[in-house]
Amino acid sequence: MAFVTPLTTSESYDVIVVGSGAAGGQAAYTLTMEGARVLMLEAGRNYDPVTETPMFQTPDMAPLRATPTPDKPYGYYDATVGGGWSVPGEPYTNASDDPARQFMWYRSRMLGGRTNHWARHALRNGPYDFKPRSRDGLGFDWPISYEDVAPYYDKVEMLIGVYGSREGLENTPDSPDGCLLPPPKARIGELLARQRGRRLGIPVVPIHRAVLTRPLDSVAIPPKLHPGNAKAQRILAEDMRNRAACFWATQCNRGCAIRANYQSTTVHLPPALATGNLDILTDAMVREVPVDDTGKATGVVYIDRRTGLEHRVSARVVVLAASACETVRLMLNSKSARFPNGLGNSSGLVGKYILDTVGTNWSGRVPLLEDLPLHNEDGAGGLHVYAPWWLYKEQLAGKLGFARGYHVEFGTGRGMPGGFAPYVPDEGGRTTFGRKLKDDARRYYGSHVGFSGRGEMVPNDDSYCEIDPKAVDKWGVPVLRFHWKWSEHETRQAAHMQRTFSDWIEAMGGVNTRKPAQDGARAIDPGGKVIHEVGGTIMGGDPGRSVTNSWSQAWDVRNVFVADGGVFASNADKNPTLTIMALAWRAADRILDEMRRGNL
Amino acid sequence: MNDEIPPRIDRRLAIKWMLAAGASALLIDPLSRAQSAAGVPLYEFPGGYGKDTDLVKEHKPGEFWRLTFTDTVRRDVAALCDIVVPADDRSPSASALGVHDFIDEWVSAPYPAQLKDRSIVLPGLAWVDARSRERFGRAFADAPAEGRLALCEEMAADAAAGSPLEAPSRFFRRFRDLTAAGFFSTPAGMKDLGYVGNVPLPRFEGPPRDLIEKLGLSDEVKW
Repeated sequence: MAFVTPLTTSESYDVIVVGSGAAGGQAAYTLTMEGARVLMLEAGRNYDPVTETPMFQTPDMAPLRATPTPDKPYGYYDATVGGGWSVPGEPYTNASDDPARQFMWYRSRMLGGRTNHWARHALRNGPYDFKPRSRDGLGFDWPISYEDVAPYYDKVEMLIGVYGSREGLENTPDSPDGCLLPPPKARIGELLARQRGRRLGIPVVPIHRAVLTRPLDSVAIPPKLHPGNAKAQRILAEDMRNRAACFWATQCNRGCAIRANYQSTTVHLPPALATGNLDILTDAMVREVPVDDTGKATGVVYIDRRTGLEHRVSARVVVLAASACETVRLMLNSKSARFPNGLGNSSGLVGKYILDTVGTNWSGRVPLLEDLPLHNEDGAGGLHVYAPWWLYKEQLAGKLGFARGYHVEFGTGRGMPGGFAPYVPDEGGRTTFGRKLKDDARRYYGSHVGFSGRGEMVPNDDSYCEIDPKAVDKWGVPVLRFHWKWSEHETRQAAHMQRTFSDWIEAMGGVNTRKPAQDGARAIDPGGKVIHEVGGTIMGGDPGRSVTNSWSQAWDVRNVFVADGGVFASNADKNPTLTIMALAWRAADRILDEMRRGNL
Repeated sequence: MNDEIPPRIDRRLAIKWMLAAGASALLIDPLSRAQSAAGVPLYEFPGGYGKDTDLVKEHKPGEFWRLTFTDTVRRDVAALCDIVVPADDRSPSASALGVHDFIDEWVSAPYPAQLKDRSIVLPGLAWVDARSRERFGRAFADAPAEGRLALCEEMAADAAAGSPLEAPSRFFRRFRDLTAAGFFSTPAGMKDLGYVGNVPLPRFEGPPRDLIEKLGLSDEVKW
């Protein structure tokens, strides 16, 4: 078993997994390592990071100096294939023309999905994050708690490799011994931000990122992850030995040819393929999950993107891991006599409570960082430190005017110059050029600090997606229409971020280039921009008020599971990917148990 | 598009172009193009490099879209580039690194940001040509060195709103930014700035110890 075509798929599998990113990769890994026969369907093309990643290419080798374009919104060398804010021939729509009510949807069409380009931030949700309604009366509690997910966070961290530290901070869980890799040393600007942040009461600690700062322990970890399963242990140990540690160069969003960071294509799929239990079919756009007379899913109907022809394949269980919104689309497009409003939608909640992360940006110039001695700051290809949310007590006491927290990501330093003009002062409005331009560019290089706030949004009734009544994609399949609205909990939070960042620049002795926005609605990024969209098939304890149960299993169709971020009942400020993987592993364990018991 | 710059052009016409360019630029904001009236995203740009190219391959200007500059204009652009970024003891001039061809690639690209720059840069180059012929009787690239510099000084000055130099000054600022961006993103330009990364290392050592001490910082971390 391996990469298959529509002609070489088996007639039936134990499990079909729709999607190959963080959720699909993790589900397929767990299922195949434990012996299930799995078909993974990916809408995009096959992708091989080992041969396709531009590891040391410089901007002058790329068109437009590798700067972002609508074709490659994160720059030419970003790993995303076939997508971005648009996918040709596969539109989505927004219900409102109001610029404040737009939702932007980032997709890719490649094996491994968006894991190939993500920032590798791998933060755990904390105990509060699973019970937010109990804490502040807003949104929804999850039907599970931190304790239910913690063992899976442990396992995912050990499998993919995550650096970080244990700080004992509120609602920012520490990992048990043996889970984390050592964090890299902080860069000079990060040290300055930490020292000056302390004056404002802001803690700066190592972030958790899925990058190997040293090789994984291929002796100790496999038996912990696959107790009693010698074959799985052997395959994983061998695969871990084939992943190199970071060599401290190139940005992670290009992907990693030496497999030093996590992407589904370098971490989940190789061992899953090595079991012989996984078939992967790329260029397969799943259109529908058909059901039989008893209301059980029979498999999937997909379109071969290369021929436009439709095919069917069957399985005992279907795992939806297409990304939160694509999964919603698939369920709503799966109409039948039994489910006239879409698969698993008896609650009417499929597509409701779409959540993104609150984002706003800031930057300033810090003279202390000018004219530094030459040294290499590439580091782990992304952040080394961050500031976890620090005002839990003030917030609970109602002093902030918004309900949920945010963390701060910030970038400093002497990274590889991209195709953007270097900062020069242009004193008196005169355009600097000539030798002075060169001198100024040298002096100010690396002296800017940029902040991004990443905050929690409260679910609301005005942020959801549904099937557009008219628009279809190039195969005639109805597309999603988005509705979006930030509440004051988010806009006030964005304003708080702006004030915090400008104070922080000043505390670093720096110069803010503008005044912080008083009106957070002006500062907040559009919905979807942070690419943390979750919800739409939320899990809960009541079939009337949720789409999936605590095992990520559709209430209405017990052989359909949602492994992606769709099941999130809240979207903590913590980046969602680690939690997606932990829940996908947990759902896969449930599927294995239920298959063994004969319930699926 | 067929808007090669005529070899000679009335200066007032050039300024008119530039004012028009300023107005049309407002229409090409990428976010405002995110959705059409029907709500369908318009983020697709035929004629661009697309969404699935060979990222490992080295690309040259002109591979993905037709370039714009005539030989005459290209010579002027190279001359302008070298006034903006001249050679010194640390690095060569901008044209020695091919930055003028990068600018050609940039203003020829089909994307919104580049179309906006095209609407600033092409009329600006026409203005430079017209001004040079008016003052020196020849193309900018063939004008005497001090004359070329004086013309750049004229454009670099802070022009009052509504003054005849407002558009040339706006052009020069943008041209400077493009030249500097193109220059400092080459390996020689990066080295000039003091970037010493993009090489594999066995360990990441963090900042130099004496720098940490000089700034009064501490690099202790828990683990």
